[in-house]
Amino acid sequence: MKRKVIEEKFFLVLMIISATLIVSIIVLILTSIIIKGFSSFNLAMVSQTPKGGYYLGKEGGILNAIIGSFYIAGGATALATALGIPVVMLMNVYLKADSKVSAVLRLCFDVLWGVPSIVYGAFGFTLMIFFGLKASLIAGIIVVSILILPIIIRAIDEISQTIPEGLFHASLSLGATKLETGFKVNAKQILPGILTAVLMAFGRAIGDAASVLFTAGYSDSIPTSLTDSAATLPLTIFFQLSSPIKEVQDRAFAAVLILTIIVLCISLLSRLLTNRHNKYKI
Amino acid sequence: MESNIKVRNLNVFYGATQALKNINLDIPNKQITAIIGPSGCGKTTLLKCLNRLIESTDEVNVTGQVYVDGEDIYSPKTEVTHLRKKMGLLSQKPYPLPMSIFDNVAYGPRLHGTTKKNELKSIVEFYLKEANLWDEVKDRLSSPASKLSIGQQQRLCLARGLAVQPLVILGDEPTSALDPQSSAYIEQMFLKLKADYSIILVTHILRQAKRIADYIVYMYDGEIIEHGEASDVLNHPKHPKTIEYVSGVIS
Repeated sequence: MKRKVIEEKFFLVLMIISATLIVSIIVLILTSIIIKGFSSFNLAMVSQTPKGGYYLGKEGGILNAIIGSFYIAGGATALATALGIPVVMLMNVYLKADSKVSAVLRLCFDVLWGVPSIVYGAFGFTLMIFFGLKASLIAGIIVVSILILPIIIRAIDEISQTIPEGLFHASLSLGATKLETGFKVNAKQILPGILTAVLMAFGRAIGDAASVLFTAGYSDSIPTSLTDSAATLPLTIFFQLSSPIKEVQDRAFAAVLILTIIVLCISLLSRLLTNRHNKYKI
Repeated sequence: MESNIKVRNLNVFYGATQALKNINLDIPNKQITAIIGPSGCGKTTLLKCLNRLIESTDEVNVTGQVYVDGEDIYSPKTEVTHLRKKMGLLSQKPYPLPMSIFDNVAYGPRLHGTTKKNELKSIVEFYLKEANLWDEVKDRLSSPASKLSIGQQQRLCLARGLAVQPLVILGDEPTSALDPQSSAYIEQMFLKLKADYSIILVTHILRQAKRIADYIVYMYDGEIIEHGEASDVLNHPKHPKTIEYVSGVIS
């Protein structure tokens, strides 16, 4: 009996230590970013483009990268959502629950989810060479959309599986087609889940460096057309950190701070949406 | 006996198991037909065959014919949405749609082409009255249907089903999730509605069948053992299995 009490206490202490360790790592990361980031942060960073000498320590900002990142992540999220929702609809509305096609599709997306983003970058680069394209906003959007497609599909797919069959049948028995049921009933039932999935994917898209490294290129100006190359936040951080000039290295942390704040806001927003009670949900 | 729904040589297989065995049945018009029998006997499967919801089940195989208004509903020419519009369904547990009370009733008419606001308003009012729910919800038509009590939800589902103007009402143990008061409500409504609709009711409550059924179909192990006028089957059952069930030896 005594042994069990000791065992219980020992493992409880172990769990508390692990939890504390994880929380302190997060606190450490955030404080170091905030301290290092704030000291080199100034308004010009978010309101100006690099203007030539920025990477040598002169005046300017990274507005080009902020806007480039939003263009790429926004475009990729829109593209992946437009491609993903029909696939989710196929798996959950048209195919039966035990369909082999669905099982194969789910396996594919799980595999794709695990593929490192540099692989997508390399794949995109190969395609671009094949088609004779140069690094551009559109190439970045396409490659990043492939990167986040499995996230969007599997996240919406998981939540779709919580829709009661009776609800689906209720709509069908009123003479609705599967398409009408999918859009008017299923989508309404899981709307916050869909928004969460889309935001999660956006968060992943805006923070990924490897997939845009070869595909979106880099430019000191804000892209004005889809064929322009575009700067991104992760890459501007990479370039600044690899600079030999200390001042430029310090500024990298301000860029890190900006990226972290964006991603943090998106996570919080998606968490908020998940917890929000869907008024009409059955 | 007039019948618009005729089932001929219907067999249903779930994988290798046969759930319905050579069913032949004429459903009388504008009467309440109760399908009774012990659980697992195929009552619900038979009901689902009548609006082809059976097709959304995994690994199912249906052979034979079901004629609704003389048209074989399993013929490739039959449009399934057109068929389902004719067959209103009331399920075991009410499933209101994830929208407002008003939109729940207006859902069907909207699907089938009614878009004018005024027209929808009068349709919604008419069918909510028909389902005896209007007085309870008329001041909160825009609030979510999920906020209603389960008994109210089932009446809402009835109103929603009636609003597409079906010929038949299929009830799959529609009172099994309800309290006695709400169940009585639904039963009374069926008695009123049979003037205009043919009602097919799957029930595991023998007393419910006794109370409201005009015609009884007794099933056992995927087969129809006996069917006929309610008074005949319930008071003078012929088959030993029916006698056992009606007298309460098995349930």
